[in-house]
Amino acid sequence: MSRLTVSKALRAALEEEMRRDENVILIGEDVGVMGNVFALSQGLMEEFGELRVRDTPISESGFTGLAVGAAMRGIRPVVEWMYDDFITVCLDPVMNQAAKLRYMTGGQVHIPIVFRCPMGAGRRNAGQHSQCLEALFTHIPGLKVVAPCTATDAKGLLKSAIRDDDPVVFIEHKLLYAKAEEVPDEEYLIPLGKADIKREGADVTIIAWSRQVYFALEAAEKLAQQGISAEVIDLRTLVPLDWECVAESVKKTHNVVITEEGVKRGGVGAELAAEIMEDLFDELDSPVCRVAGLNVCSPFSPVLEDAVYPQAKDIETAVLKTLGR
Amino acid sequence: MEVLRPECDGAWMKHAYEMMVRIRKFEEQAAQCFTRSELSGNIHLSLGQEASAVGTALALEKTDFITTTHRGHGHCIAKGARTDKMLAELFGKETGYCRGRGGSMHVVDTELGILGANGIVGAGIPLATGSAYASKLRGDGAVTVAYFGDGASNQGTFHESLNMAAAWKLPVVYVIENNRYGVSTEIGRVTNTEYLACRAAAYDIPGVTVDGMDVLAVYDAMKTAVDHARSGKGPYLVENLVYRYQGHYCGDPAVYRPKSYLEDGKAKDAVITFRNFMLDGGYATDEELDAIDRAMTEEIAAAYEFAKNSPWPNPDEVIDNMFASDNERSVLR
Repeated sequence: MSRLTVSKALRAALEEEMRRDENVILIGEDVGVMGNVFALSQGLMEEFGELRVRDTPISESGFTGLAVGAAMRGIRPVVEWMYDDFITVCLDPVMNQAAKLRYMTGGQVHIPIVFRCPMGAGRRNAGQHSQCLEALFTHIPGLKVVAPCTATDAKGLLKSAIRDDDPVVFIEHKLLYAKAEEVPDEEYLIPLGKADIKREGADVTIIAWSRQVYFALEAAEKLAQQGISAEVIDLRTLVPLDWECVAESVKKTHNVVITEEGVKRGGVGAELAAEIMEDLFDELDSPVCRVAGLNVCSPFSPVLEDAVYPQAKDIETAVLKTLGR
Repeated sequence: MEVLRPECDGAWMKHAYEMMVRIRKFEEQAAQCFTRSELSGNIHLSLGQEASAVGTALALEKTDFITTTHRGHGHCIAKGARTDKMLAELFGKETGYCRGRGGSMHVVDTELGILGANGIVGAGIPLATGSAYASKLRGDGAVTVAYFGDGASNQGTFHESLNMAAAWKLPVVYVIENNRYGVSTEIGRVTNTEYLACRAAAYDIPGVTVDGMDVLAVYDAMKTAVDHARSGKGPYLVENLVYRYQGHYCGDPAVYRPKSYLEDGKAKDAVITFRNFMLDGGYATDEELDAIDRAMTEEIAAAYEFAKNSPWPNPDEVIDNMFASDNERSVLR
């Protein structure tokens, strides 16, 4: 085992996969000479050369489309958008091309591409550099969506995403890059579509992904002190969804709180709540509760920003309300 | 017209003529099917643009790649696509190129290097650039052609792609088919230059404007462009001046353009002009060309029977191929 940050774990995944398969390339703004704005890919250009670690012009639409075209030819590009917010200027190659081409060609092509997007609030970057847009991606048929929170998961899932033959949106919360833990030295993969129970419990299921998992765990700890046993599910992958894991937990606890950093309206939590109510209504002792970002744009001022997205306290309060305590 | 390349002998010309007639008859058949309500949706015909499709395709190798547009039937046929499978795709039948999942705007045959027509104007340009990037990575010697219209030349993807391809010397040829109309909008009303090839100068790559109704001129220019790209010198921009005989889509009365537009186009009709050139120059006889016409009529008639009589896709398979792996789970929730 070695102690790695999420950032170093992601870098290790990239390095291992690029060594393993010469079709894997990394492409994006400032990924090469600079080694990415979060210093995540430092040294990769030196090892793999400029063609495989491609610094691009500030042309998100152009280089994302280029990567999709290369993927149609069997290259396995890892595209990096400096911030997930930049999807707004390159949605066509993702939504109309990468996501749809396999289906629209009657299965003639597959698009083995990973879109890496640093996301999330908490860095005081204001409304155009702080969004959580996973609900936008899960709404698009044809995309797989991954959102890990630990270094171990990040590495194993990125490796799986790179080897996957479908377009995978790989969501990296910027405030998790420095989070460190012991990571196995030997090679391992974590399959897409497999959730992880980060804490077992009996009274309530808290469903989370990405940074919210840590808030959920913090809340679970506080709840334990009040005699409430909370189970925390880290979905890790939003599409495909590990429904079996969710269903099993709901059948055990009969109470559900879903927490997400993105805005509440039309969020992943809304979809999940609907699925649970459609299929597991008889298992529920209380309405499914959502904790989510306010339906506003992320403000700059620290005191305002912290009021916009859920904190551990909000989750704790939601659980108490759900359990009628 | 004049012969500009030694390989353009009688046999070459008859082959080119056959391809142009195949495209024309395919488009006329598609129009008839559409008018008779045998086709759903919309179709965009390339009648009037046959010389551009054929002249460019003849400069390519089988192992080269293309991307095209909503007006892409001609490019696919010129690259070797089968007219029966294409027409079946237009019908939405299981036997079509994309098993009826794509339709008229999305014909793809990866075996022939047809990376696809595209329903989003300008979207195929970066895809072609990416295919060229793949060739550069692999050193496979293939050239990729991006076909698009004057309308797409005002999309950001055009400029972003040319910039990257030029900076990285990618083996790609950008072919603008300038028929002067983006749907209803005449190019002069939204663009300050009469022609578009001058944009190549902004990226320091070669650009040329060609009479796109002259298959020999198109071939000559394209051969230069493809040789340039294949030799590692980077991208090339070819602008073919063509006419869109129909409106934007089949059935569009095109009341937004002057009568003289169509009259000018028909006066330069690529198929008739080329036929007369071959006869005048003794490159082919009337009988030979009539035989080609008849063969193409028969091929398209057979394609129609094939498409019409082919089975529909099975609705039970409607979720197939959304994903390459874990499809059902990734679709259902």
